[in-house]
Amino acid sequence: MQTSTLILLLAALSFFAYYLGVAKAKAVSSGHVRNLHSLPRYYGYYTALWCILPALLLLVVWLIFDDTLISQLVIASLPPEIQQLPEEQLGLFMNQIRNLVYNEAFSSSDDPVARAAAEHYRFLKHLSQRCLFVIALACAIAGLSWARHHISPKLRARNRVEKLLEFFLIASSTIAILTTIGIVLSVLFEALRFFKLVPVTEFLFGLHWSPQMAIRPDQVGSSGAFGFIPLLTGTLLIAAIAMIVAAPIGLLAAIYLSEFASRKIRTVAKPMLEVLAGIPTVVYGFFAALVVAPFLRELGAAIGVPISSESALGAGLVMGIMIIPFVSSLSDDVINAVPQSLRDGSYGLGATQAETITQIIIPAALPGIVGGLLLAISRAIGETMIVVMAAGLTANLTLNPLQSVTTITAQIVGLLVGDQEFDSPKTLAAFALGLVLFLITLALNVLALHIVRKYREQYE
Amino acid sequence: MNNEITTAELIAGTVKKRRAREKRLKLYGIAAVVAGVILVVILMASIVSLGYKAFWQSFIALDINFDPEVIAPGGIRDPDTLRQADYGLLVKRALKELFPDIRNRRQKRALYRLVSVGAPDVLRKMVMKDPDLIGTVKTVWLPAHSDVDMFMKGYINPDEPESQRRLKDFQLAWIQRLIHENRLEKRFNSLFFLSGDSREPELAGILGALMGSIYTIIITLLLSFPLAVAAAIYLEEFAPKKNFWVDLIEVNINNLAAIPSIVFGLLGLAVFLGFFGLPRSTPLVGGLVLALRTMPIIIIASRSALKAVPPWIRQAALGIGASKMQMITDHVLPLALPGMLTGTIIGLAQALGETAPLLMIGMVAFVVDIPKSFLDPATVLPVQIYLWADSAERGFVEKSAAAIIVLLLFMLIMNALAIVLRKRFERRW
Repeated sequence: MQTSTLILLLAALSFFAYYLGVAKAKAVSSGHVRNLHSLPRYYGYYTALWCILPALLLLVVWLIFDDTLISQLVIASLPPEIQQLPEEQLGLFMNQIRNLVYNEAFSSSDDPVARAAAEHYRFLKHLSQRCLFVIALACAIAGLSWARHHISPKLRARNRVEKLLEFFLIASSTIAILTTIGIVLSVLFEALRFFKLVPVTEFLFGLHWSPQMAIRPDQVGSSGAFGFIPLLTGTLLIAAIAMIVAAPIGLLAAIYLSEFASRKIRTVAKPMLEVLAGIPTVVYGFFAALVVAPFLRELGAAIGVPISSESALGAGLVMGIMIIPFVSSLSDDVINAVPQSLRDGSYGLGATQAETITQIIIPAALPGIVGGLLLAISRAIGETMIVVMAAGLTANLTLNPLQSVTTITAQIVGLLVGDQEFDSPKTLAAFALGLVLFLITLALNVLALHIVRKYREQYE
Repeated sequence: MNNEITTAELIAGTVKKRRAREKRLKLYGIAAVVAGVILVVILMASIVSLGYKAFWQSFIALDINFDPEVIAPGGIRDPDTLRQADYGLLVKRALKELFPDIRNRRQKRALYRLVSVGAPDVLRKMVMKDPDLIGTVKTVWLPAHSDVDMFMKGYINPDEPESQRRLKDFQLAWIQRLIHENRLEKRFNSLFFLSGDSREPELAGILGALMGSIYTIIITLLLSFPLAVAAAIYLEEFAPKKNFWVDLIEVNINNLAAIPSIVFGLLGLAVFLGFFGLPRSTPLVGGLVLALRTMPIIIIASRSALKAVPPWIRQAALGIGASKMQMITDHVLPLALPGMLTGTIIGLAQALGETAPLLMIGMVAFVVDIPKSFLDPATVLPVQIYLWADSAERGFVEKSAAAIIVLLLFMLIMNALAIVLRKRFERRW
């Protein structure tokens, strides 16, 4: 609350600083703007930036460190017998104090020491907030007056402002790298901790997956509980069913729309298919779990084949529907990229349109189509909500699409949702699965992008 | 000579076959497109048919006697007394008055269960708003229990054997009587739009999830749009060609756009919750994760918008003495902005439907209160759909489908906005 007020105040101040800067620049220009190095507004930006940036930096640093510092101060003020507690118990005690401070209504601690400490904590917090308020404002005003004082006709305000802006642009573009590093590190660290409990070979080649066993302490890392093969086969089975649905429909639709269809049909049918791409996956999950799965079960009952209500078939079919527009729009792009000269050459030799398509265009576009299909597979493997809602959680090692199987993503969700402890092998296993998922999709994506790029270069 | 004729004959003989093959391929193509369109129609139709009924809900009219002895004993009317009064008793009395001949305790309990457990709350709100009601008798439409609602909507078949039904024969008789007396009817379900989640299907609403979604999307927009545009400008306008770091950034962006969203959830769990210790289940963390997820999409769209600005705009700007940064901020950016905004809206519509990463950071909590800030525990619309769809009760399935309709409407609006923006500002050079 106080922080947001402070930020608003700083913003207002820097707004004010802009006008001060412009006014000062005009004042020192001895009557004509052309005497200044930069346009007056740049002097305004310069002053405003000097006003707000140091203060914001201070604010961020303060907010990062103040909680740790206050905790240290509170611990130092505790009676010595509590200070000498082992670290974990001290942490628990501090949590109790924080609970007292932040949500008094929910905490029922009557410990007078804790209450006194909480009071102290609250006092320090209050003090810290006020100090921050005063210091940040002082910092802003100091920055403002320093910059304003410095304004002279020779000041290269534009160059400085532009330098800063360019720095911001570079920093923004590195976020992509930072995100990847963040993903790799966060998944890798937890996965490595998991592999300390469960050997890698067992994880990669084990045929049994039943993470629930690991709750019992004597079962931690016990053999067979964390075998990843059934998850892999389940994932691949569902992805395969999805591709059997999506690849022919998507591909044929793309061929029809790009080669046969008139403009009119194209402008109507293409957006219709693309609607499928815009629908959130949770909607497909709902459709799979509450429409398709019951339908399949009843169909199975009618023809005397037992179909599980969490069958791989149901999840795979719906996932296939989801991927159709993905396949069709990628293939469409690729087919459109085939040069017209190839088509003309083929027609010139007397080939029909169908022959041109099957014997000229498809072979020419094949690398691109394969790349697109690989991307679609990667999408199917990483898809989460459909399998969470429509596939099971029990890991069956089977290739029968009528039975229930589980997937990597469904297990990650199953292991992490509602689980708060950060150190149990169950939680860590989810990160190991995340690592595997990341690596599989990364490999598929890199391969697919490489193929597509090679293909594009061929016709450029 | 002889040979020539046979070649011509050969060709003439195959023409029919070749034409047939041509037709066949075309037919397959049409079949595929039609199949796709039919699937869209089936998907939409099944969701609408499952969900549209949730916008109307059964209400029961009871003559409530706002007895001062129950609400404000001794004439004390301060808010605390009014808040804590036993409004359930008022509902029970009104029901008893309607059905005076029920003495059996089990039947009585079944009778009270016709009305939602949220009914006393409705009365409480009425009295708190207007204390002058105390002492009067008024007909109030109170939400019926979900089972009654399901019966009214035809989901409970009275022809089934009694033991398999959630409503017994005597309850059905009461319901018939209420309908006959015009005391039970379906009315527009404003509760659905005005309340948060609940354990009772008839009381559950989407407002909490909707607000959570809005807060999350605001964070996503504020973070991803400026950063993505800045990154796109750097890569398109400043970055040196054939530079290792620039290539690395480009590969990363393309990869991030194709990585499963659940992996971003793991990142959020380990980094934002584990390392930085940000509060669980909050729109702040959800928005951060979705911003990282959406950024690559916006960067790619923004870059193509920048590419579409013709080079002579740049040359002209530089030619009249603009600095490179001035050329970008004053000339290129305004021309590319509509394209960038279109990409951003499409990216945000995707983020609005994103579910899996938010499950990882604890936005699946059961939240009754409507979130009021970026730091309140919240859930979002897609997660709410997931939670309701997973629930065993029939009443929640209907709510889930209705929530999907609302979500799809929002996405439709966003996409329409993007199309309008593109049509309105698209420029051909």
